Amino acid sequence: MSVRPTRTRTILATLGVATLLLAACGGDDSEPEASDAEAPEAAAEDDDGDDADTTDAEQITLVVDVFGEQGFGYEALYEQYMSENPHITIEERGAGLGLGDYNDRLVQQITAGSGAGDVVALEEGTIVQFYAQLDKFVNLADHGAAELESNFLPWKWEQGAPGGFVLGLGTDVGSMAMCYRSDLFEEAGLPTDRDEVSALWTTWEDYIAVGEEFEAADTGQGFLDAATNVYNTMLMQIAGNNSGYTYYDPDNNLDLDNPDIKAAWDLTIEMIEKGLSTGLNSFSDEWNAGFQSGSFATIACPAWMTGVISGAAGDDAAGLWDVADAPGDGGNWGGSFLAVPAESEHPAEAAALAAYLTTPEAHVEAFEALGNLPSSPQALGDDAVLAATNEYFNDAPTGQIFGAGAQDLQPVVLGPQNNAIRTAYEDALRSVEQGERTPDEAWQNAQDTAAGIG
Amino acid sequence: MKDRADPHVSTAGGRPGGLRRPSWARLDQKISPYLYVLPFFVLFAIFGLYPLGYTVWISLTDQSPMSPETSFVGAENFTRLLEDSRFWNSVGNTIGMFIVATIPQLMMALILANWLNRRLRGIGFFRMAIAIPIVTSTAVVALVFGMFFARDYGLANGILEMFGMERIDWRASRWTSWMSIASMVDWRWTGYNALIYLAAMQAISRDMYEAAELDGASRMRQFWQITVPLLKPTIIFTVTISTIYGLQLFTEPLMFTSGSGALSGGSTGQFQTITMYLVQVMRTYHQWGYAGAIALVLFLLIVVMSAINFLLVRRISSDR
Repeated sequence: MSVRPTRTRTILATLGVATLLLAACGGDDSEPEASDAEAPEAAAEDDDGDDADTTDAEQITLVVDVFGEQGFGYEALYEQYMSENPHITIEERGAGLGLGDYNDRLVQQITAGSGAGDVVALEEGTIVQFYAQLDKFVNLADHGAAELESNFLPWKWEQGAPGGFVLGLGTDVGSMAMCYRSDLFEEAGLPTDRDEVSALWTTWEDYIAVGEEFEAADTGQGFLDAATNVYNTMLMQIAGNNSGYTYYDPDNNLDLDNPDIKAAWDLTIEMIEKGLSTGLNSFSDEWNAGFQSGSFATIACPAWMTGVISGAAGDDAAGLWDVADAPGDGGNWGGSFLAVPAESEHPAEAAALAAYLTTPEAHVEAFEALGNLPSSPQALGDDAVLAATNEYFNDAPTGQIFGAGAQDLQPVVLGPQNNAIRTAYEDALRSVEQGERTPDEAWQNAQDTAAGIG
Repeated sequence: MKDRADPHVSTAGGRPGGLRRPSWARLDQKISPYLYVLPFFVLFAIFGLYPLGYTVWISLTDQSPMSPETSFVGAENFTRLLEDSRFWNSVGNTIGMFIVATIPQLMMALILANWLNRRLRGIGFFRMAIAIPIVTSTAVVALVFGMFFARDYGLANGILEMFGMERIDWRASRWTSWMSIASMVDWRWTGYNALIYLAAMQAISRDMYEAAELDGASRMRQFWQITVPLLKPTIIFTVTISTIYGLQLFTEPLMFTSGSGALSGGSTGQFQTITMYLVQVMRTYHQWGYAGAIALVLFLLIVVMSAINFLLVRRISSDR
């Protein structure tokens, strides 16, 4: 009786919902197309160029895989390269992808032998795991890369060329600084001038003391973003100045009793116990929101972090952030390499592109675009880098601040499962921040987990 | 089917130089059905059997992209699994979250279906409305709930504060994170189960209710003594499906944390499910052989849990 009309209505309603969904899906699809609008244009230009050249160069597309919220800052270099080499179209993937996700995917692609780009970025902490898979990569020395050695800091070159096999060419290094919110410092009655701030903390103990002073002023905001970032920074710095390695010794054996780990751990625990940490999960949505609302006053700042901050904090916070020297002495965290997987159909062209993207000039370009600090001594000595200021960071002389330490950085050896083990220690620190575990329990737990991974 | 086909074979074979047409027709009759179902089995072999077999093989090795050679290690991965406290932690979390999420979910679905099984104005709209969450992507649900339960700016904490209560770091402790994740699962799946119950309820004859009403049975009594027993097969179905889904819970707890270390399922692994641990072992630790062993144990666990649930549900319904 009344069943039939109801059913018709139900069907209509179902159709309506389905239509809405289809419309929504359509919307999703069209977005990337819109943002990729440049690609077809570029291809069209290439076609024109090809006709004019009347060369027999085949039209090819090279895919570059990068990671990180803002990518690697190569857009201008791509344009330049494509106009010089009209038969090549460059397509970049991965901007907006976190390192963890990027690397997991890359490992699968490399192992499967398909799906990876023609040029792929390998991060400092993850390049080590590919040492076991050198047969899956092109030896860039076969394409003339051996002559480029003098273009890179010696330790950077060695990291990228294990046993003389040129696996990757260095892009950037992550020398250390400390970024801070000058408005929050002012509110807490601390100096705001970057030289005065740098003078406040020559050691990490000083940094903790400043933090206590900040907390005492009761601004309602935290002193630092998360224990994990400052822990990583301190570990790399302490390891660089002492053992020269973190969780793995130079022979790739797990050494969790390395006193440098415990030293960085203990300092971090002290910061947590004194209530300095906001306890946010680094690189999470809330952490990003924290930059916008100014939930914390300082953040350990490898050179590449400046790009992360300006991206997350947005235009409204321009001029509020500033850069001071990092406490302690030197240190490096992060930085990447460009490699060419053996599966690439155009290894020669890909190798040429990787070399082009890592020339000293390209390093300067990427530094200007995103603040990624060059790993090339020529670029580090370049006036454009030395004189560079970062408008977003209150015109801080970032070239000087980051560049000063980069030339005499002490390299730190990282082992194959470095990232996975680092995550175990980060989780443990978070559990202390959240009050779920005591520092001793957390330490024991991190050691156990790490031993199971290694 | 085989029994019926066999005599045909013997008669066809036993007639030398028989008439062509009939034998072709018989052959057609015999083979065609297999050809019709073949596509499914070919696809099943490629996407079902082969991966399963490969998982069994890989679980007996130490394969890893980190080492160039793979060697056969026998049952080593399985013995390691037995002593792996992180694995058992993830089993506890998965079963715990399954119970916290599924029992109230099926109860609510049953009640919801009972409400919707009435003649009301615009009932079609309400019936459609409860289906909407099913068509929402899990990732979107998780993102929205992730923001809802955010520590500093989340709506949930905003409401708590409005009533003068303490903020809660939802992700920090076991119970709060389980509740948050269970709420995501329930929001999404309650309507789905309610629809299934509703369909089954509509098949129950009205006469039974009318008879019960004449005998003076209350609505509550009608529900428990007529509806629920007659829904028994449907309840078994939803419980089985929910068990399979619940034991594979992945997207909700994964998306519950953004940023680094999401696969760890919280700082102490307090909401890391079996599938999250599986993916972490495979993708982050690169221990593929061990991951294969976890996958197989998960498979067995689902079979066992489904069987237990089946027996439980059958028992409960027949008691009433």
